Amino acid sequence: MSMACPACAGMPPPQAAPGDRAPTHVLHLPDIHCAGCIAGVETALMARSGVQEARVNLTLKRVFVSAPGLAATDLVETLAQAGHRAQRLDAARMGGEERAARDLLMRIGVAGFAMMNVMLLSVAVWSGAAGATEKLFHLISAAIALPAVAYSARPFFASALGALRGGRLNMDVPISLAIMLATAVSLATALGFGDQSGWFDAALALTFFLLVGRYLDRAGRASARSAAAELAALEAPQALLIEGGTERIVDADNLAAGDLIRVRPGDRIPADGTILSGRTDLDRSALTGESAPESAGVGDSVAAGETCLTGALEVRVDRAGRETGLARMAELVATAETQRTRYTGLADRAARIYAPAVHLLGAGAFVAWLWATGDGWRSLDVAISVLVITCPCALGLAIPAVSTIATGRLFRAGLLVTSRTALERLSEVDLVVFDKTGTLTSGTPVLEGMPNPVDLAVAAGLAQSSNHPVSRAIVAAAKERGIEPRVPDHPAEKAGQGVEGLLGGRPVRLGRKEWIGAKGDAAVWLRLGDAPPVPFTTRETLRDEAADTIATLRSDGYEVALLSGDTASAVARIAATLDIDRAEAGMTPEQKVAWVEDAARQGRKVLMVGDGLNDTGCLAVAHAGIAPGSGLDAARSASDVVLLSGGLPGVVKALRTARQSAARMRQNIGLAAAYNAVSIPVALLGLASPVLAALAMSTSSLTVSANAMRRMR
Amino acid sequence: MNVLAILIPVSVTLGLAGLGAFLWTLKSGQYDDPAGDQARALSDRFDDNPPS
Repeated sequence: MSMACPACAGMPPPQAAPGDRAPTHVLHLPDIHCAGCIAGVETALMARSGVQEARVNLTLKRVFVSAPGLAATDLVETLAQAGHRAQRLDAARMGGEERAARDLLMRIGVAGFAMMNVMLLSVAVWSGAAGATEKLFHLISAAIALPAVAYSARPFFASALGALRGGRLNMDVPISLAIMLATAVSLATALGFGDQSGWFDAALALTFFLLVGRYLDRAGRASARSAAAELAALEAPQALLIEGGTERIVDADNLAAGDLIRVRPGDRIPADGTILSGRTDLDRSALTGESAPESAGVGDSVAAGETCLTGALEVRVDRAGRETGLARMAELVATAETQRTRYTGLADRAARIYAPAVHLLGAGAFVAWLWATGDGWRSLDVAISVLVITCPCALGLAIPAVSTIATGRLFRAGLLVTSRTALERLSEVDLVVFDKTGTLTSGTPVLEGMPNPVDLAVAAGLAQSSNHPVSRAIVAAAKERGIEPRVPDHPAEKAGQGVEGLLGGRPVRLGRKEWIGAKGDAAVWLRLGDAPPVPFTTRETLRDEAADTIATLRSDGYEVALLSGDTASAVARIAATLDIDRAEAGMTPEQKVAWVEDAARQGRKVLMVGDGLNDTGCLAVAHAGIAPGSGLDAARSASDVVLLSGGLPGVVKALRTARQSAARMRQNIGLAAAYNAVSIPVALLGLASPVLAALAMSTSSLTVSANAMRRMR
Repeated sequence: MNVLAILIPVSVTLGLAGLGAFLWTLKSGQYDDPAGDQARALSDRFDDNPPS
């Protein structure tokens, strides 16, 4: 593609021809936002040998890189050195949505061009051109309109045909009928078979406005879908396969039962299996919602989705890929999802009443006029004017325009709407259910109480050599109180037990109570030589915004509940702090689902807010679901809204925007109906001319779009 | 009314030119990254050394 203007010629070559060199890697760049970031990312990547091309797309927040021979991790590393966070995207999981959108845009362009030209000719006819001029104008209009309608309105014809084949009526049937009848009758007029008005401009305007509505609707759906695909494509899991004494990295999907894999501290376990050697602490919070790590050793089983915290493991794979418990859970969620997509939105409900009504009106008008006047052409003319005027231009725009604007507004506020009917469902919510761990609390423990500074210094010294969450809490507490950790000699971490070392010749140990030999309830214990063990207890920290969010929700009139798998005392403490009356503790994922279903049976519309796999069932069954961006993949894909940034106040924002946009949708449908209420009687009386139809169509479409764009508070 | 014989082809041609221009912008991917193009417009990275 040659660039004519100097500004375009100044662009780097990669953009020159999308597709002539296919990108080999797609990376997601969550933080880029300006020209500086674009330049930084592209320069950093281009500076690396092996990279042929790098092109940032700021709208999608992605970079397309063509670097055959380089691994995605190398590129991520290169970007990390340049200070940009990047995540690998699995390009295969993102479909070719763009082609369909482009096709629709092309049809809009053709319809728009034809509409404007025919409208010019029509204005001449309306303002009095007669005789040979009128005839000529009609013929030219026909020459422009016929191919344009045949091309642009094909999506409506195809959809109407599909519906009729299946014995159903949808919104596209009256649309297609109106467009085809109007075109056919105008063609007959143009060729001199009748002496009626020309409706070419109406047929084209109809096609144009409806295509715009369809495009908005599609764009909304596509962005929802690509958001979901993007979330699923993030963090494509990998595994370290041990084969004949050497290790190599493979995709987790390619593992088979019987394979040996190595799991390093900090890794997420890629498949279900049994530990052959090694000992570690497992973070099972993704599966159970429990924040306290569990110890596991030889012979214990591990499951995909758990995180190995302290020791390295050798694991024999028992189930991999689609067979793992994690994958099966995700499938269950997908099934629940399809049930939810059966939710009939406002647009569908309106269409269901609308389609038959239009046909009855049109047919009724034709029969009545034929019976009254006996003039077939005149009756047909009236029937067409009824069909054209009632045609749902405004209705087609009413809902997609609002949801496009509301979704865009939420996206700018850091909220990703992943489902098309999410806004409508959110607007009906009256009970908000929160998960505790990871949602209301930050999920990382902090040290409770004020331990003796000497003990804390020793504990912190030992804890420094461990990555365990409790150890980190102890180190953080010491740092906060300005206590210098006393680092012991020869510190050694015993995986799944604790840390030990020598301090001034005395053995010191920090770890679980069985290992220390203590009795009581505490997260870890410290033993200094022969002195009695000292307990260290931890508690979870509430997120800063939690209290505000709950209070705002209550003042907005929502009932709030808390469901947790944690112990009763921990839940009661959080519930008391946040002033939540309905709090349930010690719930299994199944019990949570049952609780939500029970509430639904009582007629409550439940919004679930949760992040873990234990909430995934709830997210899928509930009327609507919201998950934080830090949540598990499964949780994010089961939810309608993902909080990318901004945290819990996003819940309030999503609910408020949803309520407003649902109100706006109803207003728009009311407006469209009001236009019809005025124009249908006029059309039925045979007073509607093509001018009037064109005016009614444009003004109603404009009113509806303007109302959608009105500022939301 | 003879002027119509000229004006109508002219108007239709202009319309077609507009349509052609739109289709060209669409095909050359000018709607793919509006936010990025907006930001790049002010970049002077290639001012001195435009890539051919």
